[in-house]
Amino acid sequence: MDQWILTLLTFVPVIGAAVILCVPGEQKNTIRWLALLTTGICMVLAVWLFNAYDRANPAMQFVVQVPWIPSFNIEYHIGLDGLSVSMVLLTALITLLCIPASWSIEKGVKGYFALLLLLQTGMQGVFVSLDFFLFYVFWEIMLLPMYFLIGIWGGPRKEYAAIKFFLYTLAGSVLLLLAMLAMYFNTTDPATGENTFNMLVMMDQANHSEWLRAGTIFGRSAPLMLWMAMFIGFAIKVPLFPFHTWLPDAHVEAPTAISVILAGVLLKMGTYGILRFNYQMLPDASQYFSTLLAVIGVVNIVYGAFCALAQTDLKRLVAYSSISHMGYVILGMSAFTVHGINGAVFQMFNHGTITAMLFLLVGVIYDRAHHRYIVFPNDYHEPELRGQLGFGGLWTHMPIYGSLTMIAYFAALGLPGLSGFISEALCFLGAFPVHRTLTIIGTLGVLLGAGYMLWAFQRLFMGSFNERNKDLPEINSREIATIVPLAVVVIVLGIYPAPVLDLIAASLSDLSHTLSAHSGMAANAF
Amino acid sequence: MFEIDWNILLPSLVVAGLVLVVLCVDIIRPDNKGGVSGYLSLLGVGVAIWVSLSLWGRSPTHGLGGMLFLDNYALFFNLIILAGTGLTIFVSTGFLEREEGGRSEYYLLILAATLGMMLMAAGADLIVIFLGIELMSIALYILVGFFRRRTDSNEGSMKYLLLGAFATGFLLYGIALVYGSTGTTNLREIELAVAQGRVYTHPMLLGGVALLIVGFAFKVSAVPFHMWAPDVYQGAPTAITGFMSAGPKAAAFAAFFRVMVASLGDLSGDWSGAIWMLAALTMTVGNLGALSQRNIKRMLAYSSVAHAGYVLVALVAANERGIAGGVFYLLAYAFMNIGAFAVIVALGRKGDENLEISGYAGVGFRHPGIGLAMTLFMVSLAGLPPTAGFFGKFQIFSAAVEAGYIWLTVIGVLNSLVSVYFYLGVVVSMYMRQPVGQAHAVSMTPFARVALLTASLGTLYIGLAPTSLLQMARQTVSALL
Repeated sequence: MDQWILTLLTFVPVIGAAVILCVPGEQKNTIRWLALLTTGICMVLAVWLFNAYDRANPAMQFVVQVPWIPSFNIEYHIGLDGLSVSMVLLTALITLLCIPASWSIEKGVKGYFALLLLLQTGMQGVFVSLDFFLFYVFWEIMLLPMYFLIGIWGGPRKEYAAIKFFLYTLAGSVLLLLAMLAMYFNTTDPATGENTFNMLVMMDQANHSEWLRAGTIFGRSAPLMLWMAMFIGFAIKVPLFPFHTWLPDAHVEAPTAISVILAGVLLKMGTYGILRFNYQMLPDASQYFSTLLAVIGVVNIVYGAFCALAQTDLKRLVAYSSISHMGYVILGMSAFTVHGINGAVFQMFNHGTITAMLFLLVGVIYDRAHHRYIVFPNDYHEPELRGQLGFGGLWTHMPIYGSLTMIAYFAALGLPGLSGFISEALCFLGAFPVHRTLTIIGTLGVLLGAGYMLWAFQRLFMGSFNERNKDLPEINSREIATIVPLAVVVIVLGIYPAPVLDLIAASLSDLSHTLSAHSGMAANAF
Repeated sequence: MFEIDWNILLPSLVVAGLVLVVLCVDIIRPDNKGGVSGYLSLLGVGVAIWVSLSLWGRSPTHGLGGMLFLDNYALFFNLIILAGTGLTIFVSTGFLEREEGGRSEYYLLILAATLGMMLMAAGADLIVIFLGIELMSIALYILVGFFRRRTDSNEGSMKYLLLGAFATGFLLYGIALVYGSTGTTNLREIELAVAQGRVYTHPMLLGGVALLIVGFAFKVSAVPFHMWAPDVYQGAPTAITGFMSAGPKAAAFAAFFRVMVASLGDLSGDWSGAIWMLAALTMTVGNLGALSQRNIKRMLAYSSVAHAGYVLVALVAANERGIAGGVFYLLAYAFMNIGAFAVIVALGRKGDENLEISGYAGVGFRHPGIGLAMTLFMVSLAGLPPTAGFFGKFQIFSAAVEAGYIWLTVIGVLNSLVSVYFYLGVVVSMYMRQPVGQAHAVSMTPFARVALLTASLGTLYIGLAPTSLLQMARQTVSALL
């Protein structure tokens, strides 16, 4: 089982997709149940992995290494450590919940679920790959399903949003491809004496060429340029300011479940990439850019929060809150302290669960009211509604929905007792000794976060009930079933974070120590 | 008297014999409308592929007075060319029936062009390469104008003929200058003459090389010698457009690579800058040109210009990885591009070829199989994993990085980013636009289905499990370096 677990976890979804493609398109329920079954199997495998993972061992586990394209030394090389195991769990959980959240899709059901499962293969593959080429292939495979899922099942401006998402991400991939080639030609596998895509070999600087240590390219330091190329590639995915503009568009147009996956898992690939590639392969350059990272993190936190405050569309608000929350991750990892990096990865996990709840809750209200305006904008097509509250007083009308939303919003604003608080606190705690001023500015995000979340909650659920919404039915059991598991995770981890922190701690403290051992590059190197 | 090693001639002989058989069938059965000829041609192409494969791996030889090579390089190109021809014939059967253009000459000309291409790939003498090019080109001039009642078909044919004649002139003059300065047209002799410095005047040789580059650049449709491509691609019968974009392009590259790397490799310091410029221009102009096209054949014409640019990057790199990459890419390109044209043929109707990209709205849902196949081809042309196009481009760009051409790689990679936009435009139209008007039934002959399936599986297979083909491509390199 140890040999097969990761392969199964990665490819069971694509098998499920193939089976679904063989079912006639009219049997919509068969297709839905098949999708649920497939993701259910993946969840079971993930739980098995959660139990079997050796928490004391910081190295890669469940490694499989088989040649794939020998003439380039490309291998099917997978495995996972604490960093990836948390992300693999998150992916399995989020995708599983996305199936019931997509139950009401009626158009092209077969294609939708097949693509969703293909997307899961891509995501799992990214998190377990230990071969740069394999990683890149999974990274790209994920793009197309996402593009179609937004472009076919999305809202009114789906075409624009889909192509924008695609081109932005692809622009990042292109940089990544160049960086991959540069890494390949400058890494020698000591075992064979040849160039290699093996990421573990790339992580040992003894295997790097002279050029990769101190060479120049286009008149600038090679390692720093390479670091930048990879960083921008990943930053677009996170997305970090100023590469974030695709995100609100993609979220607004995407169907609910796709937004959930996008925010819950896809964004994490960016920060995962920075931690796995930039940090582990080029630690000196990472040290050099520490302050830049912290600045970008703080800009993300504050800028994202201010943008969220200004939104009238609930989904756009949640999208900008994602940008803000991903800023904590970057700030936390920028200091290379044990607390900071643990906090960053824990925040990645928590943001995945919390933001998934937020998007699911937006989906619930959108399915009923067919709009999601907190306040109707000034160009709304019904002139008499412009400037008026979209909802208001909903709590009395939909008490269960209101209460679940309250948990999610409180988790998002970082209320103690819920998981978001712990990871944000760890991020600040880790960053503070190194970047004092920036961390202090960053804490502004907590304040603003409370501002936009509570203000939105107030306008949606409190005040006098808006009679136009009197026909909206209460949240149904299927929707509750998608949200409650996440709420349980958020509450449990808020009180007792050890299950996840224990999982990631060994590998991450190793990472932190390696990074701290590198003094960084000379300040004039760039 | 010299001994004749018949093995050297065998693949070409099979095709030449096939030409004669098809010719005779036309005489015996003038009313067969090309039906029997088509099946016969397929059979013959199959035999030629089998012959080429069975000759694979022998130690390289040359013969017939030093006129032809028999090496893995020539055989690999035989496979590309014959695969292209075979797929084209599969697509053509139903296409000709629908357009009522079925005549034996059609297959005769395709086979004659194929013979020309195989000679280009195997030619060991500039004269043989020239003869091959002419045999191929003359057959293609006629094929482009095959639907003689259509003005655009005639226009394309005429343009191709006139511009092609100019290119021939350049090529011949280049051969003459090379002959004048080295005293030979034999590729190996030229290599020796250059290596030993037995050159009459160096500027004359370089002039000859420059003119050769112009001639070949025209044949592979490299910018700025690409002007003919969009009109010819648009005017030609669709099956022929697909044919032209695969085999003839591969054959022209086969000769181009062999002449530049094997014979003139010592002069690479002189020519690689020129090819660098050609490659950069070809990729950029091709992709930018394709961005604004609404007609799918014109779009694919510009796309084929752009792809010539990617292969030229491999020529600039001119190292082992580069040549193997270029050769591999041409194989991958044959599958994905002919596949795309097979889809275009399938979606056309008698009297209305349905060539506007906007006319593909809704195809993805009305004809799921065809939509899926077209998506695969577009994704592969755009160079995204896990398809053939990605792995091909990956090899070429890694070769360029290895050879130190970082800027050219950056230009290439940016170009392939731009290209995603127009390739996905087709996909957007198929899946995300509301169809206008009635759905039309698509009738594909079993042959066309086979072609589409083969091209799809080939595109996927080359992308997912490239190892064996990659090894074959690597084995061709020794012929050149």
